[in-house]
Amino acid sequence: MTKAVSHQTLARLERLGLSAFVWIGIVLIGVPLLLTVYLSVFDEKLIVFPPRGYTLSWYLAIGPVFGASALISLQLALASVVGSLLLGVPAGIGLSRYRFRGVGAISTLLLAPLTVPDIVLGLGTYVLLVQMDEQLGSAITGSLAGLILSHIMITTPWVVRLCLAGLVNHDRAAEEAAASLGARPWMVIWRVTLPAMRQGIIAAGLFVFISSFENLGLALFLTSPGVTTLPISIFQYLEYHIDPMVAAVAVAQMAGVCALLLVLNRFMRLSQIVR
Amino acid sequence: MSEAARLELDRLSKSFADHVAVRDVSLNVAPGELIVLLGPSGCGKTTTLRMIAGFLAATSGDIRINGESILNLPPYRRNMGIVFQSYALFPHLSVVRNIGFGLEMQRAPSPAIEARVSEMLRLVKLEALSARLPRELSGGQQQRVALARALAIHPKLLLLDEPLSNLDASLRADMAREIRLLQRSRGITTIMVTHDQDEAMAMADRLVVMHDGQVQQIDRQEDLYERPANPFVARFIGRSNLMTGRLDCGKMLALDAGAPIALAGRYRGRGRASLAVRPESIRLMPPGAPGVLVTGQVELCTYLGAVVEHVVRIAPELAIVVRANGIGTDAATRHPVGTAVALLWTQSDECLFDAEDRPVAADRIHVR
Repeated sequence: MTKAVSHQTLARLERLGLSAFVWIGIVLIGVPLLLTVYLSVFDEKLIVFPPRGYTLSWYLAIGPVFGASALISLQLALASVVGSLLLGVPAGIGLSRYRFRGVGAISTLLLAPLTVPDIVLGLGTYVLLVQMDEQLGSAITGSLAGLILSHIMITTPWVVRLCLAGLVNHDRAAEEAAASLGARPWMVIWRVTLPAMRQGIIAAGLFVFISSFENLGLALFLTSPGVTTLPISIFQYLEYHIDPMVAAVAVAQMAGVCALLLVLNRFMRLSQIVR
Repeated sequence: MSEAARLELDRLSKSFADHVAVRDVSLNVAPGELIVLLGPSGCGKTTTLRMIAGFLAATSGDIRINGESILNLPPYRRNMGIVFQSYALFPHLSVVRNIGFGLEMQRAPSPAIEARVSEMLRLVKLEALSARLPRELSGGQQQRVALARALAIHPKLLLLDEPLSNLDASLRADMAREIRLLQRSRGITTIMVTHDQDEAMAMADRLVVMHDGQVQQIDRQEDLYERPANPFVARFIGRSNLMTGRLDCGKMLALDAGAPIALAGRYRGRGRASLAVRPESIRLMPPGAPGVLVTGQVELCTYLGAVVEHVVRIAPELAIVVRANGIGTDAATRHPVGTAVALLWTQSDECLFDAEDRPVAADRIHVR
């Protein structure tokens, strides 16, 4: 009897402990976000507390100040998504399908971007591009093309890894079945393999878009006066102003990403993709 | 409907880097025949099937359909319906789209596809589930979709790769019967691969027993069962007891394990030999009964319902399995563990093989 009771108490404590952890997590993530939203409506030139009043004027000012760089970031992110998917998806299919010498080495190499800080990659890429421009007489350094290429370089490994993960449960026999039913090799990939990878590809696209849109480390070295990304222009703005504008931009950016996720969630359950 | 095809395998072989998976397999399959490739895992049966399907290239030999070699055709031009062990349905397509896939690949006009798909749905009795996705179906239903998908393209050959192994035991027998009836009514030449001899016996017109990449015997069920070509077949089909030793004066087998066994028949020749006797051919008698061939001690007596199984140790290293009817008026006596018993069987129940594993015929023909 007493034993049963103590079991119940233990179970209750366990549940309590668990929900406590969950709430601590929610608070840790949520409070900074809420504070940012709060700061973004201060009617003050500097961030002082308590504010004189509240205003939405900072949001109205975002367009003129950050619009151009946001547009560049958007172009950059979309181009990175397209480029890295075009490279990474076929690579993922190939790596999952064929066992050849060096598969292990390639898989390890695909983890490399994780181990090298962005800023180091940025410096290295910058030096490389400058050298290339010198040798070839090209003008990639500081151009949008250079930025896009470098982003594709760091995001493609992620795409490959996500595609490989997406193919883990894929039954190769389905491809053989399609072939036996008269599907030529390209048709097999189009009608069987790619649909099987759909979730991995969507997850990869999302990931590339967000990480490319928010990237600072590479952009620090690779942007130039004409080509400035949103994170860079926020960074530069912060050097001279500490006002609620920065909070407003951050909130706008979060809202944008949230909207993107919500739209995607309408088409497929994201919780099933990101596991 | 297309005419049923004749399939010939001509000394078909497949070597991988480190081993020979299939060695000189030759087989003639008559139009409309159902052949089962049977053997333990790693015997080369699946490799043979994959070569027929075109997923693996043969190292040597030939595969012909109606006399024409198909070795140079890629899988997508061989026109074979394949049912995979995992069914391999397309998870993102509905039942209808799965079944219509092959016709879609042939660019058939959509009214023709629709007509054929509904014919197939009727055939496998899945009309009610046509809009479902594969993951919303039970194993047996998925199996039917796979079969319908394979048959929809009017294949020259139907290839079944362990088609029943993922089903519940209760469903398996039904499905085996269903596939068999369907295959027969359509008259489609079929090759099936399995490691399960009951399944093989239930479905085949003829069986091909394989071991170590080689064909051991190609025969009908009765011939395999009653006249196994070698000890492996005897053991694999009917789970025969196998006893090895030296043949002495034509009617004794001095076992390697120690005890001598009297043989029911008389044989010419001497030297190494092995004897195969099926568990259900052996009768248990009290010791001292006339005609006793060997005696032993009951080690285990298991009641399995329809049958009673005794394990009788006749030598320290050799135990014999004996199965007898467990129910009815002729139900066998159950002998308690430790009882001394005598074993006997008739000449037609024993299969003797010489040192080269060839069957040895008895001198006089036993009259039943």
